[in-house]
Amino acid sequence: MVWRLIVVLLLATLPARAEQVVAGLSQTRVSITTNFAGSEILIFGAVKRDAPAPEGPPLEVVVTVAGPSTPATVRKKDRRVGIWVNTESVRIAAAPSFYAVATTAPLDQALSQTEDLRHKVSIPRAIRAVGATEETAEAQSFIDALIRIRSETGLYQELPGAVELDEQTLFRTSIALPSNLTEGDYATRIFLTRGGEVVDAFETTIGVHKVGLERWTYLLAHQHPLAYAILSLGIAIAAGWGASAAFRMMKS
Amino acid sequence: MQIYLPIAEVSVNAFVLLGLGGIVGILSGMFGVGGGFLLTPLLFFIGIPPAVAVATQAAQIVASSISGVLAHFRRKTVDLRMGTVLLAGGMCGAVLGVWIFNLMRGIGQVDLLVKLCYVVFLGVIGALMFIESLAAINRTRKGVVRKRKQRIWFDALPFKMKFRTSGLYLSAIPPLIVGAFVGVLSAIMGVGGGFIMVPAMIYLLGMPTKVVIGTSLFQIIFVSGFTTILHATTNHTVDLGLALLLLIGGVVGAQIGTGIGLKMKAEQLRIWLAILVLAVCGKLALDLLIEPAELYSIAERVR
Repeated sequence: MVWRLIVVLLLATLPARAEQVVAGLSQTRVSITTNFAGSEILIFGAVKRDAPAPEGPPLEVVVTVAGPSTPATVRKKDRRVGIWVNTESVRIAAAPSFYAVATTAPLDQALSQTEDLRHKVSIPRAIRAVGATEETAEAQSFIDALIRIRSETGLYQELPGAVELDEQTLFRTSIALPSNLTEGDYATRIFLTRGGEVVDAFETTIGVHKVGLERWTYLLAHQHPLAYAILSLGIAIAAGWGASAAFRMMKS
Repeated sequence: MQIYLPIAEVSVNAFVLLGLGGIVGILSGMFGVGGGFLLTPLLFFIGIPPAVAVATQAAQIVASSISGVLAHFRRKTVDLRMGTVLLAGGMCGAVLGVWIFNLMRGIGQVDLLVKLCYVVFLGVIGALMFIESLAAINRTRKGVVRKRKQRIWFDALPFKMKFRTSGLYLSAIPPLIVGAFVGVLSAIMGVGGGFIMVPAMIYLLGMPTKVVIGTSLFQIIFVSGFTTILHATTNHTVDLGLALLLLIGGVVGAQIGTGIGLKMKAEQLRIWLAILVLAVCGKLALDLLIEPAELYSIAERVR
């Protein structure tokens, strides 16, 4: 019985593995240095086949990059006694700090609704995947606002047609990471689809970390806040005294 | 040249920060104010998170005040005793201010609180200064010499102290209250509070003008320093990189500003400062009154 099940499963998976992703990244780590002003990651690869490309709907490639998820509070302003103040708010337990989805064709063509639901690919799905919020009609407008604001600042990107596919085999795309990144592991996924169905998937991570002076400062500020405060004050005192002394010397 | 700020976690142009520091430094040199009231809103404008702007500004004020107070110590125009009393009040005020700041941050109203404080205080101080300097210009035209009224209404209060440098004998309670009030504002608004402290010392406490600025700077150093430590240990929002860049621009600008200030008449100088204060106030008031283009905002987790 067990053997029969395994054989059935193998047969079921075999056609799906007829095309496989072989992928590479231009870099697997991003270092946030003092002069960090954003970064561009090149994601490229090829489709490995044992047999000629099957007939039917064309091959599509979907690439996603997701930053670490963090809780966020979305607030809404309303007019109270003539001035605009924050009134309502919705807490979103976790939302990716960065999310980009690049495709060869418009997303709804490259991926069916069911596959999107299963793999959480599109931006609204990816947020709902981690952001378990009270699903009320009002919360919806707050989630929409979160997506809208982060899309405007380049933190959420939907890039239809950004993946180039040559000869149904070679693909490449570049994802721009903005400068206001959250540190952590960025999950990168590549899906091959035909007729909206996922044929093969590949997953890897890109590590984004502060290095050098940036890392040292950040860690000091969070792990030894008192020492950091004293250091800040020391620098301020030295600078104030130094400036006074320097200008007195220049005058005399 | 883009530079990544480790605590603010944004990338900004280093020359913009140096320039901002410089402009504020020039104004501060010209008018003898800390310039925090101008710099903090400008930092909001270039995208520094408000919590970081306010906390970092406190560190920057320490530097510029030290630079200024050293000159006053050489001229012996610092009333240490009065400064210490103001300071005691200021410390209590700073603790209360940081506590209010965190409370409001928790319920999402910190932006409103900071902006309201700015609108109210800049509006009141700007308007008073404008009227006062217009009157002063009129007086100099007519050649009338003004007599200062002696403030006697708090003579009945206990805990009298002698302030020799200021030539005053008065209760310690009014300076304590003034100090505490400025301490609260300093923590909430990220300003030294000189623009409130100076008029309060002259008109409320009746201190002679020549010791006012030095004494105010003296106590601002400690209150701002204390505020810096409180913000750094409770919120982790002091950005060293940001402070350093603002500081360099600020100290250079202050020297240029002092030069310009010496060439202008005191009344004219005050009118221009009043107009500047009212302009900043007007801009912030409009932001509160006009419907914002984006009604929603995202508050990140407290880091």
